[in-house]
Amino acid sequence: MDFISKNLPYLLAGISVGGQYALIAIGYTMVYGILRLINFAHGDIFMVAALVTVYSTTVMPLYLSIPLTLIVTVALGLLVERAAYKPLRSAPRMSVMISAIGVSYLLQNLALYVTGGLAQTYPSIPFISNTVQVGPATTKMVTLVTPILTIILVFALMQLINHTKIGMAMRAAANDFETSRLMGIKVDNVISVTFLIGSFLAAVGSLLYFTNYASVIPTSGAMPGLKAFVAAVFGGIGSIPGAVIGAFIIGICENIIKGLGWTTFSDAFTFALLIVILIFKPTGLFGEGATDKV
Amino acid sequence: MSANVLRVNDVTMQFGGVVAVDNLSLEVNEGEIVALIGPNGAGKTTAFNCITGVYEPTNGSVSFCGTEIVESYPHGKMKKLYRGENAGKYAKRILPTPDKITKEGIARTFQNIRLFSSMTVFENVLIAKHMRAKQNLFTAAFHLNHAEEARMRAETLELLKMQNLDHLKDEIAGSLPYGIQRRLEIARALATEPKLLLLDEPAAGMNPQETQELAEFILQIRETYHLTIFIIEHHMDLVMQISDRVYVLDFGKLLAHGTPDEIQNNQHVIDAYLGVSEDA
Amino acid sequence: MNKKRNTVIAALLLLAALALILILERILPPTHIALAVLKKGCIYSLVAVSMNLLNGFTGLFSLGQAGFMLIGAYTYAVLTIPAADRGSVYMYYGGGIIHFSVPVIVGLLAAGLLAALFAWLIGLPVLRLKSDYLAIATLGFAEIIRAFFQWDELGVITNGSNMLRKYPSFSTTLYPFIVSAVCIGIMVLIINSSYGRAFKAIRDDEIAAEAMGINLAKHKRMAFCISSFFAGIGGALLAMYQTSIQAATFRSSMTYEILLIVVIGGLGSVTGSCIASFLFIASSEWWLRFLDTEMTIGNFHVPLLRAGFRKVVFSVIIMAIVLFARNGIMGNREFSINGIFRFFKNPGKKKEVKQ
Repeated sequence: MDFISKNLPYLLAGISVGGQYALIAIGYTMVYGILRLINFAHGDIFMVAALVTVYSTTVMPLYLSIPLTLIVTVALGLLVERAAYKPLRSAPRMSVMISAIGVSYLLQNLALYVTGGLAQTYPSIPFISNTVQVGPATTKMVTLVTPILTIILVFALMQLINHTKIGMAMRAAANDFETSRLMGIKVDNVISVTFLIGSFLAAVGSLLYFTNYASVIPTSGAMPGLKAFVAAVFGGIGSIPGAVIGAFIIGICENIIKGLGWTTFSDAFTFALLIVILIFKPTGLFGEGATDKV
Repeated sequence: MSANVLRVNDVTMQFGGVVAVDNLSLEVNEGEIVALIGPNGAGKTTAFNCITGVYEPTNGSVSFCGTEIVESYPHGKMKKLYRGENAGKYAKRILPTPDKITKEGIARTFQNIRLFSSMTVFENVLIAKHMRAKQNLFTAAFHLNHAEEARMRAETLELLKMQNLDHLKDEIAGSLPYGIQRRLEIARALATEPKLLLLDEPAAGMNPQETQELAEFILQIRETYHLTIFIIEHHMDLVMQISDRVYVLDFGKLLAHGTPDEIQNNQHVIDAYLGVSEDA
Repeated sequence: MNKKRNTVIAALLLLAALALILILERILPPTHIALAVLKKGCIYSLVAVSMNLLNGFTGLFSLGQAGFMLIGAYTYAVLTIPAADRGSVYMYYGGGIIHFSVPVIVGLLAAGLLAALFAWLIGLPVLRLKSDYLAIATLGFAEIIRAFFQWDELGVITNGSNMLRKYPSFSTTLYPFIVSAVCIGIMVLIINSSYGRAFKAIRDDEIAAEAMGINLAKHKRMAFCISSFFAGIGGALLAMYQTSIQAATFRSSMTYEILLIVVIGGLGSVTGSCIASFLFIASSEWWLRFLDTEMTIGNFHVPLLRAGFRKVVFSVIIMAIVLFARNGIMGNREFSINGIFRFFKNPGKKKEVKQ
């Protein structure tokens, strides 16, 4: 009993963070599935979403500010895709990845300029910021809301992908980009929808994630972004359920390690996990294998 | 009978549940030109890849000039999945990487040309000399190996002259016409000083005139370099003209084998190529 | 003939650069920003070329550079802090457990060697991975290394998450210039040797390279270790330049910066990397600095100008280069003396360039 009461807070935090990583990881995994691109800017889009919330709440009530955050984030995601990735569609993959790194650099510097380098206090969102008692542990409501909301959103997304026309087009494009183009699928639209969904989920993720933190700085998105990407690789990149499960595993492991007093290594552990999985099962837990044709 | 150069024993290559090459055995003797033919997807290139170390065969062995160079048996999850024959026959796992096979003296070309496209013609051929050069990073970087480097360059130039490619030596390989790229790829393979040359569809995309030239070229390099040649080809004229013996592969299995004349008149082969109607 | 002439001219150019640095040091005040830019530019050139060797010449997309620089910087600092100063540097760790210090040159070499050793160990598992998986794995390793160096238990050696300082540093710009020039020179020799050709073959087509008898594992590991060796030395130089270091500053954003330099210069161009390094450092630290200060011309208050605007403009320029001048300044060509001669001999004719 003592063991549970001691570790329950970490477990709860892990589940909560895991859900937030999952929402970011879906953006990575879907983009990678279709464009074979590690969208290094995704973590920064997540950070921008948080900044939008910070600034908009100073001039408008929360019920307007949250929809605005979602809209601005989605617009930013689409803009980045159109401006930085679309012109490079026929370029080598490395060029696109470098472009993504460039966008990340740009967004961070923009944020640095706008914030003046000062940490911005994140507003407390009613209800999800409330404290709640779970057994012997005290936590914020967000801890309970996150996994539920994550599962609902993922379920809705799976319905979209498996049962709608655009979902079918997405699956086709992920399977074979060129052929689906030949089959008359407007691949550019599919990609836009992918970025739209990814950015939307990242914005939702940011609302939940930053509720647990006091403030936002320009590099706030980098680490959660990388970890969400690791989660996507861990689950098998391209697979949405894989990304979600990977994210929960990483979130929980990370917090348990913190609980054991190894905070220095909580980030390192995530990457160690990544390397182990890459070496022993490069396609991740649920990924499909692909062989080079000689 | 002349000595065995290449001997493939019971090689099976299975990808998951799909058997791409099924219990293939064949041999190529010294100085011969042997062709491997078969419909698309019959497993010809897969067989090449098993010989050259690109794939690890699921079962079977390959020997070159009397020594085992590849041997494998089903292991791991293949133990359960394996559907081929001769499962218990092989007990060793010798699985060298392709560079080791090349060093042994087997060179190859590729079905879809694989040149170093940003490098010059000269550099493309010079690369092949790297593996046998007596040098290390230190001597190479500080020009302490200039005798060796000079030898590599001289040999490369000589080879290019013999192949009539020396006037193109400073051209970027990727910008050359298709036919020349094919010839360069063969020249590059020759530069590794092989005893056995594997050609994967060298005449693909060539017109009859070019194919005829290629036939003469292949016969000529066999003489000049004392080569044994194993060739995958679809152009039957070429196959019938130059090969001493022919193996026919269909659905990964050996369908027939014999002299070009025998193969031309083999009913199984004709059926495989033309298809058999249901009621026949 | 030409070769000899070129060597002579190259040597003269190098001497001219040296002389220029000497003159600048005489006439400019020692704190002038130009000297800082030159120092940092030399160091970044070295690191950028080392990254180009891997990403541009061997085609291995690695994002571990900051990690190897960290190893180099720490190795150098830990080994060279004078024994007398260790008490104050390692004040939280009872003066540390190392009670000797080695000469600067030994420290630099050790920095390179330890980075190369780590690269060798890391390379065993990760070099089998392809393109983006390799990128993310090396990025991960850099993060692990960073955490490891901040680990409290190692504090007696690394000083934990505290700063390392009081190690010998340099005052003249000549120092980083000469060290970087020698290191880059060695890398150029390697690139032009038989091994360099093998690296390029691997970049162009791995499967064909293997079929040409090139041992992929061995050569990739070799390129990885060489690159890390020089990144380690670059890290040590950076430590000397900064006079104090902290593991927390060697983030992945440092790797991204170096990667952007390599791309701006041109993947596969040594001179491109060097030129881009100086341009990058000069623009970000000096030439665009006016953007950071508010300005009023007459009655007109120029909008937008305030702290941080410089970096925004800078990153927009970088994005423009990445998008519209994809091959960078030099493509994969080199800035060569022959090229200049050709340019001056027939200025009318379009320069015949190797693709």
